[in-house]
Amino acid sequence: MTYALLRKVGPMLLGGGLALATAATARAEELRIGFLAPTTGIFAAVGKDMVDGFQMYLDEMKNNLSGAQVKLIVEDEQAKPDVAVTKAKKLILQDHVHMIVGGLLASTGYALAPVSTSEKTLYISPVAAADDLTQRDLSKYPYFIRTGWTSSQPSHPFGQWACDQGYKKIVAIGADYAFGYEVIGGFQKAFEDCGGKVIQKIWPPIGTKDFGPYIPTIKQDADAIFTLMVGPMSLQFPKQLAASGNKKPVIGGGTSYDEFVLPSMGDEVIGHVSALMYSAALENPKNEAFVKAYRAKYNKVPSYYSETNYTTGEWINEVMKKTGGKWPGAEEFIKIMQGMKLDTIRGPVSMDDMRNPIQNIYIKKVEKKKMFGYDKAELWNTVIKTYPNVSQFGTYDKAAFLKQPVYSRDFPPCKFCE
Amino acid sequence: MTSRLKIAIVIAAIAALAIVVPFTSSFVILLATRALAFSILVMSLDILLGFAGLASLGQAAYLGVGAYMTAILATRYQFGLGYDFWLVVVLGMLLGAALAALFGLLAIRATGVYFLMITLALGQCVWGLAYRWNSLTGGDNGINLGVRPKFGIDLADQVTFFYVVLCFFALSLFAMYVLVRSPFGRSLAGIRERELRMKILGYNTWLHKYIAFVIAGAFGGLSGVLWAHTAGIISPVNVELTTSVDALLMAVLGGAGTLVGGVIGAFIVVALREYLSTLVPWWQYVLGAVYVLTIFYLPSGLMGLPERIRRHGGALGKREKLSAAPS
Repeated sequence: MTYALLRKVGPMLLGGGLALATAATARAEELRIGFLAPTTGIFAAVGKDMVDGFQMYLDEMKNNLSGAQVKLIVEDEQAKPDVAVTKAKKLILQDHVHMIVGGLLASTGYALAPVSTSEKTLYISPVAAADDLTQRDLSKYPYFIRTGWTSSQPSHPFGQWACDQGYKKIVAIGADYAFGYEVIGGFQKAFEDCGGKVIQKIWPPIGTKDFGPYIPTIKQDADAIFTLMVGPMSLQFPKQLAASGNKKPVIGGGTSYDEFVLPSMGDEVIGHVSALMYSAALENPKNEAFVKAYRAKYNKVPSYYSETNYTTGEWINEVMKKTGGKWPGAEEFIKIMQGMKLDTIRGPVSMDDMRNPIQNIYIKKVEKKKMFGYDKAELWNTVIKTYPNVSQFGTYDKAAFLKQPVYSRDFPPCKFCE
Repeated sequence: MTSRLKIAIVIAAIAALAIVVPFTSSFVILLATRALAFSILVMSLDILLGFAGLASLGQAAYLGVGAYMTAILATRYQFGLGYDFWLVVVLGMLLGAALAALFGLLAIRATGVYFLMITLALGQCVWGLAYRWNSLTGGDNGINLGVRPKFGIDLADQVTFFYVVLCFFALSLFAMYVLVRSPFGRSLAGIRERELRMKILGYNTWLHKYIAFVIAGAFGGLSGVLWAHTAGIISPVNVELTTSVDALLMAVLGGAGTLVGGVIGAFIVVALREYLSTLVPWWQYVLGAVYVLTIFYLPSGLMGLPERIRRHGGALGKREKLSAAPS
């Protein structure tokens, strides 16, 4: 029982000390940023990319964003929505941060957005891509803005691209959760709207390690296979697919071939095509410099997780530049951000009126080659086609798009499945 | 230690919590509320583990149904946000009990590792429902509760809510304490020690275990209702195996068969996982070390610490006497 008491009093003393410390150093130009990423658990490696990307931008700016001295506080959200909420509250209530940045999983994004509303604190999401946060649920979250993407954003042009390749029938296989539904749903809608048919949808559970039971069920009359894998699934699936003697073209969502997993992949993925708003193989001077600096610093190729957080730092800096280094308040911050157009590593980016970026979507093919003067041939996501300035609604009419339900396991319905 | 002294210490500790916590930072209040709400689940598990000798790996299921019910009623029907909150509490306990009554029919036949496996499977069924029944549970994204109930008092206020959870906690502790001290609780301990003998003495051991299982389910449901409002979000993460294992580890860490041991375990784990993790990145090593050291040196949990110190002291005294004897 004394233990319980100690456990209570100890944190109190520590907490008090911390509060005093922050009060003492608080100055007008201090910008406190609370950063949430999973730094432990199975998503720790992704979390590291997120933190590294953001930290790298701050380091380059010497922690000074247009006159505001940045105090970055990183908290471990453990890839659990309820822990993320607790940590966000800690950052807001105890550290008095000006904004929360981060959150990996879509479910974490859905959990953090209400916190931003109830605490009236700015929340910027660089990664969590749940569609409805900037679509049907937007009005609930006035302090929320996204610098990343919506899950279905790259899928819309990608569906068109698949039609252009002459594919008629496609089998989709993807991780069985909201992100998977949205990526595949967006692809299916676009692909079927230009005349294609998704003839089968297979949903292995997230974290599946053995695709043996799923691969043989893939229909043989398909022209191509669309995959949406996350984490370790991305490594395993192409291996087993190749081992099964597959000759069909393989295309997929961005996370299936992101640079986060690409260096660990084998030659079986050469020729696979995916779509995302970033590729480490983008040939522009800004990206080349970024890849080289990132590689020198962290000894690995930057993934989209690194890039989007780096770019988020840039967004914050650009807003602070407009305000002369003064914190403008969450609402004003969002207003300024929405009126801006940035030339980032991933290309030109602006904000739509629903606080989601309008950006280039790149169709990328995995190739083994030398890039940026590195002397070894490696796997790179070579850009083979660019769809410029794609919004989260693609070519669809916004009002009509918002009338349809969010992409799910049952929407769009699989009309051509038997 | 006499049991009266023990009770006095527990009451003093709860009073100390009630007095000290509101003056800490709001983050600490939040963590204390979380620990208290989860403690009810750990104590309910302890009835099975510590008193009936049944190690369950599916206890998160009851927290899950309680929390999902609260969230669904609140978001879809705006039910349970006023005085009807009390009705939700009752419904949560009934739902937990009903689920346990169903699962108990399957699980109670088994003992030991088989009981462990059946409860694990049943717990995963509930997780599967939470994960896959998208239209009801929101699937992977879970359900956000917008607001906390308001009836005369406003539970959105952190301190008020902390006191409400503390009251529920104290009442649950009291109720479970009475339960395990009753003849019924004694017969559970008898079953734990030697079921055959209890059978021969004429006890219907299956029924005893079944009732204990249902009661544990009811308290699990209660902790779920409180958890939903504490966290403000319920998602399959709260129902998965890890949550059940957490509860089991907390009970063992504090000391199974003591009720309050589980509470201490819950506070320590929450403090390490959610408070220490804001201070240092290597908090997981501390948590791991605490588990390993407890199992190595305190097999009866942290609650066995005073006993061990006393026995250790006693042994020393004896040795001194022995060495003194020849001279």
